[in-house]
Amino acid sequence: MLETLELKRTPFHERTSRLSIAQNWRRWAGHIVAGSYELEIDREYWAIRDGAALIDVSPLMKYLIEGEDAARLLHKVTTRDIFKMAIGQVYYTGWCDDDGKLLDDGTVSRLAENRFRMTSAEPSLRWLSMNAVGMDVKITEVTEQMAALSLQGPKSRTVLNRCCAEPLDTLKYFRLMETSIGNVPVSISRTGYTGDLGYEIWMEAEHALPVWDALMGAGNDYGITPCGILAMDMARVEAGLFMIDVDYTRSNHAWIAGQQSTPFELGLDWAVSLDKKGYFVGRRALEREKRDGSSWKLMGLEIDWVGLERLFADVGLPPHIPAMAVRASLPVMYEGQQVGYASTSTWSPLLKKYIALVHLQRPYYAPGTSLTMEVTVEHHRRHAPGKVVKLPFYEPSWKRK
Amino acid sequence: MAANHYDAIVIGAGHNGLIAGAYLARAGKKVVILERREMVGGAAVTEEIFPGYRFTEFSYVVSLLRPEIIRELELPRHGLKILPLPSTVTPMDNGDYLAAWADHDQTRREIYRHSPRDAEAYDEYNLVMARAAKAIKPVLGLVPPDPSSMSPRDLLGLLKLGQYAKSLSEKELYRIAKLVTQSSADLLNEWFEFGPLKGTKSASGIIGTFLGPHSPGTAYVLLHHYMGEIDGAFRAWGFAKDGNGGVTTAIASSARALGAEIRTGAAVSQVIVKGGRAAGVALENGDELRAKVVLSAADPKRSFLQFVESKHFPDDFVQQIRNFRVRGSSGKVNIALSELPEFTCLPGESPLHRGAISISPSIDYIERAYDEAKYGQFSKNPYIDMFIPSMIDRDMAPPGHHVMSCFVQYAPYDIEGGWDDQKRDAFGEAVISTIERYAPNIRRAIVGKQVITPKDIERIAGITGGNIFHGELLLHQLFFLRPAPQWADFRTPLPGYYFGASGAHPGGGVMGAAGKLSAQEVLADWK
Repeated sequence: MLETLELKRTPFHERTSRLSIAQNWRRWAGHIVAGSYELEIDREYWAIRDGAALIDVSPLMKYLIEGEDAARLLHKVTTRDIFKMAIGQVYYTGWCDDDGKLLDDGTVSRLAENRFRMTSAEPSLRWLSMNAVGMDVKITEVTEQMAALSLQGPKSRTVLNRCCAEPLDTLKYFRLMETSIGNVPVSISRTGYTGDLGYEIWMEAEHALPVWDALMGAGNDYGITPCGILAMDMARVEAGLFMIDVDYTRSNHAWIAGQQSTPFELGLDWAVSLDKKGYFVGRRALEREKRDGSSWKLMGLEIDWVGLERLFADVGLPPHIPAMAVRASLPVMYEGQQVGYASTSTWSPLLKKYIALVHLQRPYYAPGTSLTMEVTVEHHRRHAPGKVVKLPFYEPSWKRK
Repeated sequence: MAANHYDAIVIGAGHNGLIAGAYLARAGKKVVILERREMVGGAAVTEEIFPGYRFTEFSYVVSLLRPEIIRELELPRHGLKILPLPSTVTPMDNGDYLAAWADHDQTRREIYRHSPRDAEAYDEYNLVMARAAKAIKPVLGLVPPDPSSMSPRDLLGLLKLGQYAKSLSEKELYRIAKLVTQSSADLLNEWFEFGPLKGTKSASGIIGTFLGPHSPGTAYVLLHHYMGEIDGAFRAWGFAKDGNGGVTTAIASSARALGAEIRTGAAVSQVIVKGGRAAGVALENGDELRAKVVLSAADPKRSFLQFVESKHFPDDFVQQIRNFRVRGSSGKVNIALSELPEFTCLPGESPLHRGAISISPSIDYIERAYDEAKYGQFSKNPYIDMFIPSMIDRDMAPPGHHVMSCFVQYAPYDIEGGWDDQKRDAFGEAVISTIERYAPNIRRAIVGKQVITPKDIERIAGITGGNIFHGELLLHQLFFLRPAPQWADFRTPLPGYYFGASGAHPGGGVMGAAGKLSAQEVLADWK
């Protein structure tokens, strides 16, 4: 078979493929990763919320940005104030086009004064290079060379402390350290996509398997559980974290303006540093939006269970909702008129609530607003009552501690 | 309002008492919940019996906790986490096993291995039982109307019930009539042929009763355990984080947040009666607390025969309560382990270690275990429902070590000659040697062991007779007959005195319905 016809496997495939009972592979940036390992995803979900979940996140796009002007480039491209960033710090950030519309989002880590690592969901080499014209900066894509694991859950620190050369007790939220696991040099950032205590472990691809084995060994007595991206998808909705191509369309792939979103519309106000010095891409548009207010907002919607139960009871059924996150657009209505849509909805096993990430038009995004969301009950479209809430739905006290 | 003056006093901080107190506080009442022990939880407690090993001492899973209670009292916000308990395995005497998984295809393939016919029947059986449970379920949420009463309220209730019964098809009504009268053995023999499957299924029909699988009425108890299935989408079935103590801790936290006061070490000696009404309680330490309303979440015997002088009740009521059957029939063995029990049928660590492990090789095995109990002995070869909480929640035992919870039936309260330390040891030994037959390393792995007889349940949790449901789930003790005819609506013959625990409708399990419904009735009467 032509090699390019096959989807890529991650450096952990030898392990993950053996553990996968469900053989439920999902595509991620040209790779396949486990959707779930078991036939029911409950245990993987609860590993994130009550134990330690090990997730292969290698397909993330990774770039090394080095040189005299590395900080200048990132300051110009992203919405964060990169000049204020300390060495060993990690920023979550979005980046926009000139109209302030979001292109992608990811993390920037400052490894040294003039050396950064950037992750993104989509290829960003061209965009970075275009913006680096005339700068003294070298951009190298390291997606294939670097493997990445995400260890998420309240027990993640305990597990890492058992196998890392140095303890992680002093590693703060969104900070990074260099250490080793076994004899493998790794870089560990206190980051993740679950809204729980968690870490991401970055290593050379060739050392991927020994690191996996060391973590699984150290975590055995703590219930470490290989976890697929379907369980992570539920957790990230609880954490109020959106996903590219699901909850927003990257602006350079939108057919019409209505498909584009701005960081403010997605609730990223905290990650847009309008007070930072100098020009950055999208600055003027974002300043205008800040002044005039956003016409859309990403909010949470909590479905009223009693109301949902009633819709099902009407046809003689107990309520039924999918056991995992659903990435489907569902109309959200106010008094019979559509005022927005849900882009991801999920049952939250922890909160015991049916929740959704919803995009709402002004003024319907005010917390407490009563709206309805479309649900399908025995092949019929019905509308379940719900209430607008602030994001995140869930934020444990130990996330930042 | 002066100190020690309340709107309502709740006796007992088990899950029902806490729930009743929380709902009363939620309605703005000044509430105190009194608990005899130094800790809250009643029979839903988690205790560190050996350093580092935490036992969910009496009750051990969450299956029927009402979703509306979880929602209305915001229990997830107060720390309730219900972790999945994904499988059941029955080790067999020939070294094989029978497993049931959360996944339908896996279970079907597993049963097919033993009986292709049963594998097919299994699907239909589950649907039939779930539908029957769904048909009965609305009744659980109702305050039972008194069929002999002509009061508008009861008539309305009966009307609702009648309308409801009319909504069922004739076939469904017959099926339900059969289910509530039949034995679980008869029911299962109609469906299945494979012994270990029938044994394991029949076991849920005898839990908490003093009956064997061949006794009529056990099919209903089996059905009772299917109620959880209907709320499947709500996923309230499993093992609570921190054990069942985690459930009551969350309810207590919610009750406090709603303004209820909880006093531990506050044993009630007497309900104070003034002018023919309950007016407060006297504590064993001599303190007196006043309130407009007293709600007892203790068992029926203590609520009506101990806390209140009989002269305040009609004689026939007292007689009914005296006759209420509360014979405990089960015990519990909690074991601290240095390693996992290795089952001969499942070498090494298996995913089945994360679920229930049932010693129930056949219906006859369980019936024989019952035979011994009938004549005042504990079963030498008992039915055991085990699981290993530390495989689900790693905080239950030190790293690498485990705790195992073994629910054991039968252990009669009225054992011949009475329970003593020697008999308790012998009972524990019978349990260990039964397990040993299937998991030979068990004895070597034991770090510590707690053996609980019905007498101990009575002594520690304060449940008369040591019955886990405060009274058996027998047809003549259910619905408008629970705890006594005419008094199933959470009121009692003593005005101002209410009753809301497992001995009331709709019965036991960590369900909470009685606590919630009784609080509702208190509020409905509030003037």
